[in-house]
Order: sequence, then C-alpha cells, then structure tokens
Amino acid sequence: MVPAVIAVIFAAAGAWAQERPYFVIYDHYLEEPGALEVGFNPTFGSVDDGNDFLAASLELEYGATAWWTTELYLDGQHTENDSTVFTGFRWENRFRPLEREHAINPILYVEYEDVTGADKVMSAVVGHDVAADFTESNSELAEEVERELELKLILSSAVRGWNISENFIAVKNLTNEPWEFGYAIGASRPLALKASPEPCSFCAENFIAGIEMYGGLGDTEQFGLSDTSQYLAPVLAWNLPSALSLKLSPGWGLNDDSLPFLLRFGISFEFSSLGRR
Amino acid sequence: MKYAGAIAAAVMLLFAGSAAVARKKEPSKPYAQLGQVPEDAQARSNPLEHDPDAIVAGKKLYARHCAECHGATAESGRKGPSLRAPEVQTASAGALFWVITNGNVRAGMPVWSKLPEAQRWQITTYLNSLGTAAEASTAPPAPDPVPGR
Repeated sequence: MVPAVIAVIFAAAGAWAQERPYFVIYDHYLEEPGALEVGFNPTFGSVDDGNDFLAASLELEYGATAWWTTELYLDGQHTENDSTVFTGFRWENRFRPLEREHAINPILYVEYEDVTGADKVMSAVVGHDVAADFTESNSELAEEVERELELKLILSSAVRGWNISENFIAVKNLTNEPWEFGYAIGASRPLALKASPEPCSFCAENFIAGIEMYGGLGDTEQFGLSDTSQYLAPVLAWNLPSALSLKLSPGWGLNDDSLPFLLRFGISFEFSSLGRR
Repeated sequence: MKYAGAIAAAVMLLFAGSAAVARKKEPSKPYAQLGQVPEDAQARSNPLEHDPDAIVAGKKLYARHCAECHGATAESGRKGPSLRAPEVQTASAGALFWVITNGNVRAGMPVWSKLPEAQRWQITTYLNSLGTAAEASTAPPAPDPVPGR
C-alpha cells in the first residue's frame, strides 16, 4: 500500500508553485485543484531563561476544488537540553465563499488541532501565549492536551502587485476555557512584476518579499494587548522552476512577553493533478 | 473529549456537504465565463500589446501556470478547454485578462490574481498571438523563451 502511494506521488508531475512568502498569515489564494503541496517548515526559537528549541511541521496541502483547500500538519519539536517529541496534528480547511475577485477577498478558515502543550510550531499566536510558556520542560508541557477549534477570517487584497492580508483569529479549547483571540497582518510583493522572456531561476520575478506582524489579543476574560506576545518578521520566498519553493523569515519579539528571536524556514514541493483527471 | 467527537463529526458533515454541493453543480459550458465579462473590463486595452518581449514571456508563464490544464499547445488539456477556439481568439484582450484574473471557480479554474497584473497581460498577449487551431496549422509558432540565467 505504502509503495503504491509513493509511486502515485512521484508519478505526478511537479508543478511550478507560486508560493507566498508568509509563515503565519494566510492570503486568499487557495491550492490549485488537484495539486498536492508537501512542505517542511522548521522554526528555531530563542528563549530567555529557558532552552532554545527547533520545532517543525510536515505539511500536506491539497486543492480539493478551486474553492476548498484542505491541509494536514504533523508537528514536533526538539528542545535543547531536554527532548525531542511529536506534539500532535492539525487539520485545516479554507473555503472561498465568493467566486470572483473583489477589492477585499474573504476566506473562511476552520482548523481542528489535537496537540500537546509542548507544541512550539507557533502557526498562530493567540490569547495570552507568552514567552514564559516556553520555559517549562517538555514532560510538563506534554501533560497538557489541547484539542482546539481555530477559526479565522482571512481578508486579502491584490493592489498594484502587492498582496495585503489581514487575519482575525478565534481559538476555542474544547474544554471549558475561554475563547482566545489573535491577529496577523502582512504585505508582500514580487521583486519584479513583469516576467522576463528567459527561463531563469535567479530572476527577480521568482522572489517575493514582504513582512508580517502577528500576536495575541487576549481572551474573552481579558481582551487586549496586556500579557500578550507580538512579533514582526520580514519574509522572503523563492519559487524555483523545479516546483520547489524556499522560504525564510527572521522574526523578532516586540515586547517583554515575546520570544526575542525566531527563525523560520520552509521548503515545499508541489505535485500537480494528483488523483484528478 | 465529547466535544472533540462532536467537532470532528461537524467537520465531516461540512466536508460531505461541500462535496455534495460540488457534485450537484451543473457543468458549465467551457466558454460561458467569457459571456460574464463586464463591459468596462472587455474594453480595457492591453498595455503590453506592443511590448516585443510580451509574447515570449507570456509563453513562459503559460507553460508554468496554464499548460497543466489547457495543454502545452493550448488546444485543450486534461481539465481545461482549448484556448485556440474561436470564442477565445475573438474575445478582446480585456475579456481574456478578466477571465485569467477571476478564474472560473465553480468550473475548477482558480483565480490568478496572485500573478502580478503585468504577468497576466503577458499571458493575454501570448494567447492573443496564438490564433485559432486552424490558423495555427499554417502560421509559425511563437518563439520559445531563450535560455538565460
């Protein structure tokens, strides 16, 4: 069974990806129908008064239709002077409710996640997620089970070559805990808007640069910026002709409750028309 | 824990509903989207119409993003209709640009506004250069992108 699946995957042709450079923000572009993107996204985090960590997620993103993309993540992390642990899975779905392009394009996002408190991928920062959460040991954090429903309203616009995106996030732990809120905003632009006539890997049109800012907004009991972490991160993506995309983003915490430094890296490969004719 | 089960069930129902909606939809006629183009969009002129590089660059972009569905020669592919049909070749540049930008989401064509406007015009220029399938059999093809960096 497994060899057959692998054979099907590698029989599918690689497709030129036009990956956005973001790590936290979503824009309104869904995966192309029938395309499967396989990605690996490590995040290094520097922790004051604690151990640095390297978290990573394996990402499988599939374009079910032109208006629905579904995605599975498997998360894990290694913490210096501690241990390496698998921290759980996340299953997200994005839906495009409007057929055509508008000045502001909404996307509805629904995610179910089943992770432990040791999950350090930081795919979103919400509520009162703060740097102190990262100082406990993996064994202590692993005892905390987080089965959460995460909802996002994604708003995104294409303006003169720029993409401008805003995400509003609400997360509910399915135990008796309050709703937590967060946000992410960002903008990005290809380094060249016109394509060159030559086939090329290093030409400016293949690079997309931008910036993203994200953080928590408290919860239903204490809404606002108090006791929240906030981050600012420039982002860069390089889309190669071989269907490979690379992304890089150094990020900095903006207040004392944030981790001082994050370094994110992403590599992904897109298979076209998997399972569709 | 009981909530987790309920949520998982709700998500499953959501998927099932989505799939049902997808199955129920009427198959759209392949060129129906061209009839939906607003008049002002149809009237837009191609700013790269006289750009000497636009056809070659457009051909490169077409191979990257469009050939998978519409075929390497644009004479239809596994999922998309022929772009050398008279309906497409007689459409205005503005109409083609609008369809590329907005896609045809119900019929499975994604929006392509993630490509910068200039690149969408380059693809439009290339498509306009193709001619119908009958014309293509007698006309020389657009030059291939020259190897570069």
